[in-house]
Amino acid sequence: MVFLSYLISGLSLGSVYAIIALGYTMVYGIAKMLNFAHGDVIMVGGYICFIATTNLGLPVWLAVILSMAACTVLGVVIEGLAYKPLRQAPALAVLITAIGVSYFLQNAALLIWGANPKMFSPVVTGTLQLFDGQLTISYVSLLTIAACIVIMIALTLYINKSKMGKAMRAVSEDKGAAQLMGIHVNRTISTTFAIGSALAAVAGVLYCSFSPMLMPTTGSMPGIKAFTAAVFGGIGSIPGAFLGGILLGIIESLAKAYISTNMANSIVFAVLIVVLVVKPTGLLGKYVPEKV
Amino acid sequence: MAILQVNDIHVYYGSIHAVKGVSFEVNQGEIVTLIGANGAGKSTVLNTVSGLLHPASGSVVFDGKDLKGVAAHKVVEHGMAQVPEGRRVFLQMTVEENLEMGAYTRPRDEIMGSMDDVYRRFPRLKERRRQIAGTLSGGEQQMLAIGRALMSKPTLLMLDEPSMGLAPILVEQIFDIIRELHAGGTTILLVEQNAQAALSIADRAYVLETGKITLSGTGAELMASDKVRQAYLGG
Ligand SMILES: Nc1ncnc2c1ncn2[C@@H]1O[C@H](COP(=O)(O)OP(=O)(O)OP(=O)(O)O)[C@@H](O)[C@H]1O
Ligand SMILES: [Mg+2]
Repeated sequence: MVFLSYLISGLSLGSVYAIIALGYTMVYGIAKMLNFAHGDVIMVGGYICFIATTNLGLPVWLAVILSMAACTVLGVVIEGLAYKPLRQAPALAVLITAIGVSYFLQNAALLIWGANPKMFSPVVTGTLQLFDGQLTISYVSLLTIAACIVIMIALTLYINKSKMGKAMRAVSEDKGAAQLMGIHVNRTISTTFAIGSALAAVAGVLYCSFSPMLMPTTGSMPGIKAFTAAVFGGIGSIPGAFLGGILLGIIESLAKAYISTNMANSIVFAVLIVVLVVKPTGLLGKYVPEKV
Repeated sequence: MAILQVNDIHVYYGSIHAVKGVSFEVNQGEIVTLIGANGAGKSTVLNTVSGLLHPASGSVVFDGKDLKGVAAHKVVEHGMAQVPEGRRVFLQMTVEENLEMGAYTRPRDEIMGSMDDVYRRFPRLKERRRQIAGTLSGGEQQMLAIGRALMSKPTLLMLDEPSMGLAPILVEQIFDIIRELHAGGTTILLVEQNAQAALSIADRAYVLETGKITLSGTGAELMASDKVRQAYLGG
């Protein structure tokens, strides 16, 4: 029973990682860049939701929508201002810029909201008691897992069936050929950032519901973990991000419970290294044959 | 009437001057071929025409419109389609999805008809329409690349070495298809290293050497030229 409760908390933590990892992996798959500022968009999403509920007194659902809308705009603006001009630049220049954007967001948050942590109140409260109270599951956990599943299904359908989703896949394979088809590559990339950032807002709200100390650096750790999850599952692969996120959450939760709280992060990263040594493309990463 | 006019274009890759003042034209209803050795600049010329590359100077005029400043993804809407070198089909997408991408700029209700046309021309693609393009053979991928380009209903179809890497029987098939498309009213600009086959179906031809056009004439004239025979037809 105790094991089960650790498993469920791992599953919900993993769901948050998975939602963030989806953003990383989509942007990587389509724009071929690692958007290290993605984690900080989570933090902004958390703050917007916090302000909307605490300062403006808006209902939670409206606050979440507001937060998603704000992060969508933020993601598109970041892409347009910082990354678009670097489309032809070497990968290293883009990476350094992304790190720069990350610091910029953290410092902007520091300036606007200050260094003192805000106490984020969970978007839903209460717990579910099962087996005569032996197993307690918070509603936030259930909500998080459900959100992750819904997002995963919706995103898979979108990528596979919608016209824009297909264009995204075409761009991810061959930008030049996609342009020859009449696909507006820049617009496709902006849309990818928009979706990834909206997901980051959702993740931010859920993450802060578990870990309520909201600070300008709040996004860093889940950002790095989710990036790890995306690589773990196979960067560029949507099911990979999902699987990587969930597994990472479960490993972290079990390691905390049974091995050591302090060692949990090291264990998570050690597992990543082992996986990458055995399978360099990650769990579900595809080997893409070179074109002749 | 010239449907495509390329006027004195210069194209650079960084400091590499790949195309040095190329001019040529393609008239409505013609098959024009551009032949030349590896690295002569043939693909560079085609990619400049389709807007993937931008000339440092000179102009590309298609259907009376100067394409300067027209984004690459807009060019297809003007009625131009390219079958790129190396096919470049979307390997992880299905055959049908590849064809849909070819018709990306067209309204949904028109796509089905064009797809049926492509399937009629390439029954092999129809059989494999749910298959991932990466699992097709080289010849099938080339047919897919051509079918995909046809999905935009181009008035000018540009093909970059469509026979590359294919067995002789498939090369023949590809050239038959080009002839059929031409007979159906499509204007063709064909880039080839297979000079023999290209010259034999071309109305007119240009020879490109290290970024410059060195010879031009009708297909028959170039086929008879000593210079072409020595350099491109193996004596
Ligand atoms: N992306 C690039 N960067 C730098 N130089 C390039 C690039 N692409 C082509 N070149 C150079 O430009 C010149 C023309 O290349 P291009 O690909 O147009 O030749 P080609 O006639 O199509 O050759 P092939 O028959 O081998 O396809 C070559 O010298 C080539 O090395
Ligand atoms: Mg070439």
